[in-house]
Amino acid sequence: MMEGRLDVRKTYKLYIGGAFPRSESGRTYAVTDAKGRFLANASLASRKDARDAVLAARAAQRGWAGATAYNRGQVIYRIAEMLEGRRAQFEAEIESAEGCSARRASAQVDSAIDRWVWYAGWSDKIAQVLGSSNPVSGPYFNFSVPQPTGVVAAIAPQRPSLLGLVSVVAPIIVSGNSCVVVASPECPLPAITLAEVLATSDLPGGVVNILTGAPGEIGPWLASHADVDALDLTGVVDDGVATEMAVAAAETITRVLPPPSSPPDWSADPGLGRISAFVETTTVWHPQGV
Amino acid sequence: MTAALAADVAVSNAALRRYLHGLPGVDQVGAEGRAAMLSTRSIKAASKQQAIDLAISMVDLTTLEGMDTPGKVRALCAKALRPDPTDPTTPHVAAVCVYGDMAAIARDAVGDALHVAAVATAFPSGRASLAVKLADTRDAVANGADEIDMVIDRGAFLAGRYLDVYDEIVAIKEACGTAHLKVIFETGELRTYDNVRRASYLAMLAGADFIKTSTGKVSPAATLPVTLILLEAVRDWHRQTGQRIGVKPAGGIRTSKDAIRYLVMVNEVCGEAWLTPDLFRFGASSLLNDLLLQRQRMRTGHYSGPDYVTID
Amino acid sequence: MTFEYSPAPESRAVVDIAPHYGLFIDGDFVETIDGTTFKTVNPATEEVLSEITEAGAADVERAVKAARAAYKQTWSKMPGRERAKYLYRIARIIQERSRELAVLETLDNGKPIRESRDVDIPLVAAHFFYHAGWADKIAYAGYGDKPYGVAGQIIPWNFPLLMLAWKVAPALACGNTVVLKPAETTSLTALAFADICRQADLPPGVVNIVTGAGQTGRMVVESPGVDKIAFTGSTEVGKLIQRALAGTRKGLTLELGGKAANIVFDDAPVDEAVEGIVNGIFFNQGHVCCAGSRLLVQESVQDEVLDALKRRLSTLRLGDPLDKNTDIGAIHSAEQRARIDDLVRSGEDEGADRWSAPCSLPDRGFWFAPTLFTGVTQAHRIAREEIFGPVLSVLTFRTPDEAVEKANNTPYGLSAGVWSEKGSRTLWMASRLRAGVIWANTFNRFDPASPFGGYKESGFGREGGRQGLAAYLKQEVV
Repeated sequence: MMEGRLDVRKTYKLYIGGAFPRSESGRTYAVTDAKGRFLANASLASRKDARDAVLAARAAQRGWAGATAYNRGQVIYRIAEMLEGRRAQFEAEIESAEGCSARRASAQVDSAIDRWVWYAGWSDKIAQVLGSSNPVSGPYFNFSVPQPTGVVAAIAPQRPSLLGLVSVVAPIIVSGNSCVVVASPECPLPAITLAEVLATSDLPGGVVNILTGAPGEIGPWLASHADVDALDLTGVVDDGVATEMAVAAAETITRVLPPPSSPPDWSADPGLGRISAFVETTTVWHPQGV
Repeated sequence: MTAALAADVAVSNAALRRYLHGLPGVDQVGAEGRAAMLSTRSIKAASKQQAIDLAISMVDLTTLEGMDTPGKVRALCAKALRPDPTDPTTPHVAAVCVYGDMAAIARDAVGDALHVAAVATAFPSGRASLAVKLADTRDAVANGADEIDMVIDRGAFLAGRYLDVYDEIVAIKEACGTAHLKVIFETGELRTYDNVRRASYLAMLAGADFIKTSTGKVSPAATLPVTLILLEAVRDWHRQTGQRIGVKPAGGIRTSKDAIRYLVMVNEVCGEAWLTPDLFRFGASSLLNDLLLQRQRMRTGHYSGPDYVTID
Repeated sequence: MTFEYSPAPESRAVVDIAPHYGLFIDGDFVETIDGTTFKTVNPATEEVLSEITEAGAADVERAVKAARAAYKQTWSKMPGRERAKYLYRIARIIQERSRELAVLETLDNGKPIRESRDVDIPLVAAHFFYHAGWADKIAYAGYGDKPYGVAGQIIPWNFPLLMLAWKVAPALACGNTVVLKPAETTSLTALAFADICRQADLPPGVVNIVTGAGQTGRMVVESPGVDKIAFTGSTEVGKLIQRALAGTRKGLTLELGGKAANIVFDDAPVDEAVEGIVNGIFFNQGHVCCAGSRLLVQESVQDEVLDALKRRLSTLRLGDPLDKNTDIGAIHSAEQRARIDDLVRSGEDEGADRWSAPCSLPDRGFWFAPTLFTGVTQAHRIAREEIFGPVLSVLTFRTPDEAVEKANNTPYGLSAGVWSEKGSRTLWMASRLRAGVIWANTFNRFDPASPFGGYKESGFGREGGRQGLAAYLKQEVV
């Protein structure tokens, strides 16, 4: 802090439909750093914010899925570019929020940027790797293509606050899904700063919606929402909440990616598992004749 | 109705083309699947007996060879009149089918008991001038043919000169006088079911009494799916115009089993109204003997042999 | 003249149904420990065919233990190429006994012999052949090579042996052992399959068959020794299973109900479309989860298509399922007929116009004449609920967008049909329809190489094809 000048603080809000609203409930909660010092008041999202976010995600999904894979890949790569440009800010936020060293914070940002790049490249390969042409016995051309599941609600892991969030969101949206993600409740600030990155890349509003608050409060509303097609429970730490959400999901046969059985190694090669968890396979039959 | 439709669509090649290309398309795989499903019908016992007799009565017993002689045609006629000399309950066939120059011989042999069909219009290729085709037709009629099996100009059809094909059929129909006109498409050369459907409507529009698949000189000749397209065409034409047109698959139908499959198809596509020699014929030669063998088997309860039916 | 087809019944002499069946556990038929018995009937005659065992909890645990032991001691240690040979053997025996299996299926289920002979049983053999080839090539499929272990499989009554094949073949190919519960009303071909496993010398415990009703199924689902559940059946039961497994680490795939739209454009090949509509909803008496139960026809061709359809329906032959010329067999059970009756009544009450094909129904057994409703809107129950019977709801549309919206406007998403001669529009539709299987200018085609399964409340996971193997391989998501 410079002598004689008071810095201008940022208000951390939600990210819904490309806009930054406060929680409709008017609630906030105090976010502290690793040592318990006040950092900011983050919005404490309500079930109605979750509902709005699902609406925004649904509205954006068809257009996003309808974009060419090439285009989606470029938009996601653009996110990496924007993140790179603001890396100092992320490093600082991670360092204070997670209480880690500057070097570790920097490494996390590196990985987060690289993860966007990795997934950007997948956009136009998913169908080639997960799809197929199927040799049925008959005069038909038969092919299978992966299609996005639709609207995915995700609970991001507590830590690493940025890399975890990116690792959850990127594979959801790369295939054409939209998502509503609940950020790490302890370290929500990098998530909202990421929202600023998303808002200034070419990602259409509503494709990613970020809520801050209590996963145990919002999660079950998202899980029981009939217009949510899939759940990613990666960040759910409470077994009770995970089960409650999975039970609610059963009401409309919502797909569920369960929490990992052991803490994941976020630096490892992510593989295809997260992409394939949120795609459906459509198989088309067409006769071959003259 | 037909005249009005013809007046509307046969005014120019473009109008006729619009009409024919406006017909619903045929999905090859679907049509062949439908035909295959119908051929799984199992016709047994009394229904088989009935079907065999019906099939015999629908045969246009045919000889269309360069080596045909009056003697051969007379023998064919004798067989046509009494297919199984050992069993007088055997029905006679519908017609004998010969080249135009043999029509007089045939007429002399069958009298009024059977129809005499003559192929005309430079059969089988159809490659001759209209004047020759008309002369061919008139000659056959003058020789006693009461049914004319003409071939369409496939070259013109495939080139999209539909009006030329139409005009030719109209002219031949006129030359037929009171003789019935069967129009042969040679579906093996038209290649696609869409073409077969268009040819069917073209011929019906021009006044055909029967539409017929093939000359028997080109392979593939009649098939179940091609006949299905023809049957659908006459069924729908009847719904549109009230007029019933006949169908004649020809060539390649050799066994009773085949014939029964065709009858099942007629029954299930067009209904019972078409189960008469006036509206359905088989253009065939060897088929008759297989029908007779089956008939003998059902009558006697044991299998017959080729020497127990006559080879004429 | 009239052309009546004489009866052409397939002979029953090829089947030999025992008066009583036990459970198939650990390679043997055994009597129940704590279960009961029930009768299985021929839906076409209401004749009792046999007495079947309703497995109890101890029976299910015995079967699960046998499956676990077989997994540990035999099946997981066996090289894929050996597993492959067992599956090939099974496929061959199915072909050899196909006539018997077809007759048995028709007797127990009520479906026409033409379908069990020409569709069900050939596909059963094909499924085993297809998956046999995968058994030693699993690593190439892209889903890792770790089987779950013991798979609990619960299947419906509409395609009894075919659904068994869809479940058992990929499970075994991937290296799992199975405890299978057939539907209570159609156990006979599953029990015949048990005998086929014995003829193939399949190691004991690799396939276990516990017969019984919903309660037995629940025991399989809830058994702690089961690592994966695969279920085909109603969405209602699917939800119960998903709920029961919530919070556990068991794998789950669900193949549930449907309310497929069969969309006919004005440029459709009409004759083939009519056949496709008929095959779409009247195949297997409409007891098909992917049945084309909503006909969406473009307004400009509505009259033409409906006239042709009614004419065609009038030629369908309903009656003795064993007669080779029967097109429409018996409704599977009194319960199912009651459900169809109820929904048909709702259609009438809600103001839709009913038309039923003129045909006489046999005196005994359960029957329903092919029926269609016109004047149906999206709000009618018959346009929303799965009827699972020979009842077609006809709706109309004007533009491709409207067709897509109406087709997708359902909680289900299993299949759809598109009829058009315009390829570009068909592909446009295919990319927008939220359905797992899209039949263009055809309907109700199945093949072991072709993945099958739904979106939304039609379930998740695929059966068939490379993608179908994922259901039986355990994958950790990073």
